[in-house]
Amino acid sequence: MLDDMDRRILRQYQAEPEMTVADLAERCGLTQATCWRRLEAMRAGGVIEGLEAVIDWAALGYSVEVSLRITLEKSVARAFDEFLAAAREIPEVVEIQTFLGRVDVRLSVGARDLPHYQAIYRDRILTLPHIADIEALMHIARVKTDEALPV
Amino acid sequence: MIALDETDRHLLRLLVRDATQSAGALGRIVGLSQPAAWRRIKRLEDAGVIAGRRLRLNAGALGFGVTVFLGVKLARKGQVSLADFERAVSAIPEVQTVEHVLGLYDFRLRVVARDLPDFERVLRRRIMTLPGAGEVEANVLLSEERRPGPIG
Repeated sequence: MLDDMDRRILRQYQAEPEMTVADLAERCGLTQATCWRRLEAMRAGGVIEGLEAVIDWAALGYSVEVSLRITLEKSVARAFDEFLAAAREIPEVVEIQTFLGRVDVRLSVGARDLPHYQAIYRDRILTLPHIADIEALMHIARVKTDEALPV
Repeated sequence: MIALDETDRHLLRLLVRDATQSAGALGRIVGLSQPAAWRRIKRLEDAGVIAGRRLRLNAGALGFGVTVFLGVKLARKGQVSLADFERAVSAIPEVQTVEHVLGLYDFRLRVVARDLPDFERVLRRRIMTLPGAGEVEANVLLSEERRPGPIG
């Protein structure tokens, strides 16, 4: 079970993941060794899963990002599995989420520009199996991106 | 814009999986010396391709059992400024991400909660009371996977 100090460490660490353990320890008023032990315990316990690099697709020339909200033909057995397997084959799909709600699946698609997006949409997305309906949301800006948990 | 070769893409894939690895360890995997790997990573950082690092926490292990995506439409357009809405929504701790979108909704929010009653509390007390918040659609996240995308 986590105590208040563990939560404090996580709050600080989430806010600045590039901080060294020494800095993190100082912010939390701990010795480096104690801070390290607590981090290790949280890693071992599966609370901390890891540190990942965040890629800025726009810096790679992928300036268009579209969220496709898809409803599937649920009368077809295996519609979900077949759709997801086919969606994974599209290199421009950067994220796949499934939902309980009005929308079944959301695909996040990156493209270099609108003609590129149009080509992906026509040739790869519309040919995916078992689609009943698609709605598109085009990303204008990311306002909050930290994905921090309110621990 | 920066051009990537296969080695750069391999380095990026490794860093997305685990950003704690040293340049030496990464170099050994992709067949580069430590300084050569370090130079490539530095170049990717300088070009903004690696925008930063993110701590990956297990939401479930921390007691957050529910993630909900909300599509929010602003009501009374023009009367409430986008900036006011963005500031207020970004200040809600349970709101993890806020995206300004074009289409059926104006904003897309990722919200975490302990369980569905907790989510209902966040929705009623925090989201519905935002300045300018109109129609809201909620979809509960069942699964998600991040794909390598163009670096695959």
